[in-house]
Amino acid sequence: MNLHEFQAKRLFAAHGVPIPRGDVARTPEDATRIAADLGGHVVVKAQVHSGGRGKAGGVKLAHSAAEAAAAAQQILGMQIRGLTVHQVLVDELAPGGIAQEIYLAVLIDRARRRPMIMASAAGGMDIEQVAEESPEKIIKVHVDPFLGVRAYQSNFIAARMGLPRELWAQFHQIVTGLYACFKANDASLTEVNPLVITGEGKLMALDGKMTIDDNSLFRLPHIVEMRDTSDEPEAEQKARAAGINFIKLDGNIGCMVNGAGLAMTTMDVIKLYGGAPANFLDIGGGAKAEQVATALRLILSDANVQAVLINIFGGITRGDEVAKGIITALEQVQTEVPFVVRLAGTNAAEGMAILADAKMTTAVTLSDAAQKAVALAKGGNNS
Amino acid sequence: MSILIDKQTRLVVSGITGREGSFHTTQMMAYGTNVVAGVTPGKGGQFFAAAGQQVPIFDTIAEAVLETGANTSMIIVPARFAVEAIYEAADAGVSLIVCLTEYIPVLDMIAARAYLDAKGVRLVGPNCPGLLTPGQAKVGFIPGNIAMPGPVGVVSKSGTLTYEVIDALTRLGIGQTTCVGIGGDPINGTDFIDVLKLFEADAETEHIVMIGEIGGNAEEQAAVFIKQHVSKPVTAFIAGRTAPPGRRMGHAGAIVEGKSGTAEGKIAALREAGIPVAENPDDIARIVAQRMGKA
Repeated sequence: MNLHEFQAKRLFAAHGVPIPRGDVARTPEDATRIAADLGGHVVVKAQVHSGGRGKAGGVKLAHSAAEAAAAAQQILGMQIRGLTVHQVLVDELAPGGIAQEIYLAVLIDRARRRPMIMASAAGGMDIEQVAEESPEKIIKVHVDPFLGVRAYQSNFIAARMGLPRELWAQFHQIVTGLYACFKANDASLTEVNPLVITGEGKLMALDGKMTIDDNSLFRLPHIVEMRDTSDEPEAEQKARAAGINFIKLDGNIGCMVNGAGLAMTTMDVIKLYGGAPANFLDIGGGAKAEQVATALRLILSDANVQAVLINIFGGITRGDEVAKGIITALEQVQTEVPFVVRLAGTNAAEGMAILADAKMTTAVTLSDAAQKAVALAKGGNNS
Repeated sequence: MSILIDKQTRLVVSGITGREGSFHTTQMMAYGTNVVAGVTPGKGGQFFAAAGQQVPIFDTIAEAVLETGANTSMIIVPARFAVEAIYEAADAGVSLIVCLTEYIPVLDMIAARAYLDAKGVRLVGPNCPGLLTPGQAKVGFIPGNIAMPGPVGVVSKSGTLTYEVIDALTRLGIGQTTCVGIGGDPINGTDFIDVLKLFEADAETEHIVMIGEIGGNAEEQAAVFIKQHVSKPVTAFIAGRTAPPGRRMGHAGAIVEGKSGTAEGKIAALREAGIPVAENPDDIARIVAQRMGKA
């Protein structure tokens, strides 16, 4: 789950990381009031779950409350990478201006199986280019899960970055705070870009990004409350509520599969035979008839779908349960869309028997199923 | 021969009385797996009946190990209790832990893996289908009826996709030494390289099938390892060529992973190491048959 910048920064602040004063506005009037309270010199920033806001025009400087209102007016409702902006953050400018931009992040290094602190004195919007062209400017330190961040580690980073020595103590406090924030909120990423040295010679986190591990949400009620579904497609919200892993795509062949690896492979094989999947859908292990019916309704709610491919290799999931779910769904949803069904593994024969009356195309192998679905979807395009 | 599990396996199941746990324990016992104990806190002293046997239930894994000599632990408990069970199994003295549970918090797994490494205990999983040594033992979900004993070692990140491949091999008359589902979680206990080492050392394994998927760089690392250390032929498949890239937050992912982690990157790394990569999972068994001179 991704957090908005303002949510991430409030969590940073709760762990002692200094952030600018500011607040969230949903209307230009809110922005006026907040900017006036902050003295007029502010930055107005789109709050969407996407990077590249600055380059898309979603970040504007203002030097009066009226300018802040105008900036908010422009940004609210704007589309950034397909996401609509519903709120903006109005922040004071860094006190005394910005002397230097630093990059600082805590993330999970899968290969080393450790949290990793990553930092660079060359922070800012071009950090990815810096990483590619001058990887030596990116400093990486791994954290032992039982030791946490030690002072020698933040000192090492500070020294390698050439950070002025008088800022080392504050830098240690920020690194420790960011790591504590990462750990307390089960983050997979906390990123500050930029962490600035202000004109007054202090460190401050001007921007913040956080991604939370979805597996941990059961113990993070304060994070669940922050969920903003306004930029999430309705079908994906419904799927999540039903415990189904669903991602909408642009093609015309709806897919229902058990297991993420097999679901991805089914999409790959459809593509291999010249078709295009309309979605990724994993019904999970041990799905019962009702879940299968919900999944099918989701797939059929997409008007682009010209054919549906059902590929189930039963292990925990049983073929007869899947077949019952298909029949249930078809009783509730009237559709002309043709189906290709391939059931293998546990209770596959029983499942196929249940479907025998439903006049569906059946297939023995995945290749066979994919070829048939591609042919049916093309037929649908011509009508 | 085989790797990790066989007739000598003495299994203790944590979560034996749960809905999933009891169903799969029954399946494992019917397959002939030596299930010596179950663990459910609060139910110590009771018995789990299946396949004509009475399996004693204990409150803790430590008691189960003391009383029955269990050497392998399988964990099939809800996610919020699973990490505790991993620590408990490691402390109880088993040499292999198989954790099937999915949705375990990643930071919990980082700490657990560090603890297991220090203890020298091997974990397979979490979020995995487990292991199957055809004709000997099954620890986990892999359906026993699709497999048969033979010379191919199978290692995979995926669950159902692995069943597909095992089934196709068996239908071509090619059996398996052991099938290992390592799981696709970001932090797991046993990786491709660990299993490749075991298959390389196993006298009966003649051919290895490796099934990877997008994310992380375990496949890229395995490719380098195979080139340097594996003398047996390896055939591979990578799932997720058409998966859409996730909407990336921040820059960290791009800085760390660069272009690795994609299906293209993994396939290129494997081919670079001289490993055939099937375009379609239906082709894997055919390629193996061909390379074994059975086609």
